[in-house]
Amino acid sequence: MEQSTKLLEVKNLNTTFQIQKNIVKAVRGVDIHVKKGEILAVVGESGSGKSVLMKSIMGILPENAQVTADLIQFEENDLKTFSKEQQRKIRGKEIAMIFQDPMTALNPLKTIGQHLCEVLKRHQGLKKADALKEAVNALSKVGIPSPESRLKQYPHEFSGGMRQRVLIAMALCCHPKLLIADEPTTALDVTIQAQILELLQELQEKEHMSIVLITHDLGVVASLSNRIAVMYGGRVMEEGVTDEIFYHPQHPYTRALLHAIPKPVTGVKERLEPIPGMAPSLLNPFPGCPFADRCNYTTDACREKMPEYHTYSDTQRAMCVFTGEELDKKDGKEKQNDK
Amino acid sequence: MTNKSEEILVEAKELQKYFPVKSFLGKTKKEVRAVDKISLSIKKGETFGLVGESGCGKSTFGRTLIRMYEPTGGSIFYHGMDITKLKGKELNTYRKKMQIIFQDPYSALDPHHNVREIISEPMALEGKLSSSEMEDRIVSLLKTVGMKPDDMEKYAYEFSGGQRQRIGIARALAVQPEFVLCDEPISALDVSIQAQVVNMLEDLQQELGLTYLFVAHDLSMVRHISDRIGVMYLGKIVEISESDELYDNPLHPYTKALLSAIPIADPKTARLSKRQIIEGDLPSPLNIPTGCRFHTRCPYAKPECSITEPELKEVSKGHFVACHL
Repeated sequence: MEQSTKLLEVKNLNTTFQIQKNIVKAVRGVDIHVKKGEILAVVGESGSGKSVLMKSIMGILPENAQVTADLIQFEENDLKTFSKEQQRKIRGKEIAMIFQDPMTALNPLKTIGQHLCEVLKRHQGLKKADALKEAVNALSKVGIPSPESRLKQYPHEFSGGMRQRVLIAMALCCHPKLLIADEPTTALDVTIQAQILELLQELQEKEHMSIVLITHDLGVVASLSNRIAVMYGGRVMEEGVTDEIFYHPQHPYTRALLHAIPKPVTGVKERLEPIPGMAPSLLNPFPGCPFADRCNYTTDACREKMPEYHTYSDTQRAMCVFTGEELDKKDGKEKQNDK
Repeated sequence: MTNKSEEILVEAKELQKYFPVKSFLGKTKKEVRAVDKISLSIKKGETFGLVGESGCGKSTFGRTLIRMYEPTGGSIFYHGMDITKLKGKELNTYRKKMQIIFQDPYSALDPHHNVREIISEPMALEGKLSSSEMEDRIVSLLKTVGMKPDDMEKYAYEFSGGQRQRIGIARALAVQPEFVLCDEPISALDVSIQAQVVNMLEDLQQELGLTYLFVAHDLSMVRHISDRIGVMYLGKIVEISESDELYDNPLHPYTKALLSAIPIADPKTARLSKRQIIEGDLPSPLNIPTGCRFHTRCPYAKPECSITEPELKEVSKGHFVACHL
């Protein structure tokens, strides 16, 4: 698997929404990149800005959104300089997106065949007959049985898992280089979730594409992703290779997040360690670290300005005034005090 | 999780709940058998987890059990009393003892009422307390669920999801229930908030000696909180066992598939474990397969599975399974 070159690179991306007279800062100064052939997971709670970040890159936000960035580079193209029309050509063809809710992402008045043919005609310039053939192909590739007859059916005749497969088929029928999957399994049952995740992994290997997987579920991420970026309050708090994030997390938020989920493997009934408080308001956030209000290690410096990133390896960095080692030491001290 | 006893608090015997499906002209065409002859008993002080995919009837079972829905058949016992047919005042005394916490804290609270009105409503209906006593009780309830007395004057929209769920819990506790149906109480919450609510539910159980029926589809959380677990599939219980036993030694193919579908939040184990993925979707409850309901998706199905329906049998102590294998 070719993993060295960057497919997508974003520097200092900011997204704000104007809501009446207020400004909501949904994404604040995010640097992120996706390498060729990798699965990058963007993990965060609701309101962390993970979906907005990806939609900003795609350019599919509503009109009251304002996106600024130093760089949005996709392969050799600087998407920032692209006109709306040029952007539209890349969108759907080179970068495709699937959404959380397969129930609302399909038009109830169109057959599945019409959905697929529309994409094929638009981006590949296919004639109707060819488009239909290609559509049958696409459906069988995502594991939908008897695709010919399914093409004539409407979305309501499909179950949730099947609809998500249709969306994946639509996204993949132009062989995109990058697939952005926004919580693709959140609306599905566990057994169906397992099916879809396996399908995504299979297709990623077959098509040699990159996937950005947006999710709030660390469990989903563990088996699937190569790298993880943890977002909170519109910032990337920590990023690293999957094993680094799970086994050597350096940021207090990442650590807290890992402690807050039960461990299904051991089955030991430890008490969960919740993160106190709640997610911060993105309306006029204070200049410092967004996690400062809920963090156990907060100092005055945390609130005054955004902490710098500490780099731990070629792949791992975390945005905290303290390094992971310093945090460990503090934990050690606290434990002694408890005694 | 402690103070368990062998005393049975709530018991369902062959409980049924069918929903009629009506045609355009109002004629009953078919029935959805959401709960189909389920028998189980919940002991005092325990947490019974009920899991299954959406549409398997787990919420309907819970709601029928607390008489929110009228059962179609079978009977419900509370402390050994048959409460299936109770009506009016007699039923109300039992309603007080059985409360519910809903899944969606956004739609479970009336937006026109402030917190005081929301929590006092069940107490006002009970009609025992004077208004000043009620006030004190609301303050202490809010404290119990980790909120401030000042929050009383606020409206639901001023709170986050986790806080709304706390208000919902405070309301459920207002009439001092013994049995609480937790209907997916954490599914709508963020991971960091889920842990807060789960810990609180555990604390409350300790303090007040509550018995929970915990309905959920998040299997790792269910294992964490439950003493015993029942697995439902298409209106039937397919397996019941102590929770650790169920996870370590699942017997029913459906339970096995369900467990192996849980995403494991540990990369090394996740890569090693071979997932057993079941094919296909849940069949429509309007059109339930004959024989074992799972045979259409079961990798081990034998010819007899499609003909006779397996009974729920005890295979080892406290471990029941309904399977021909």
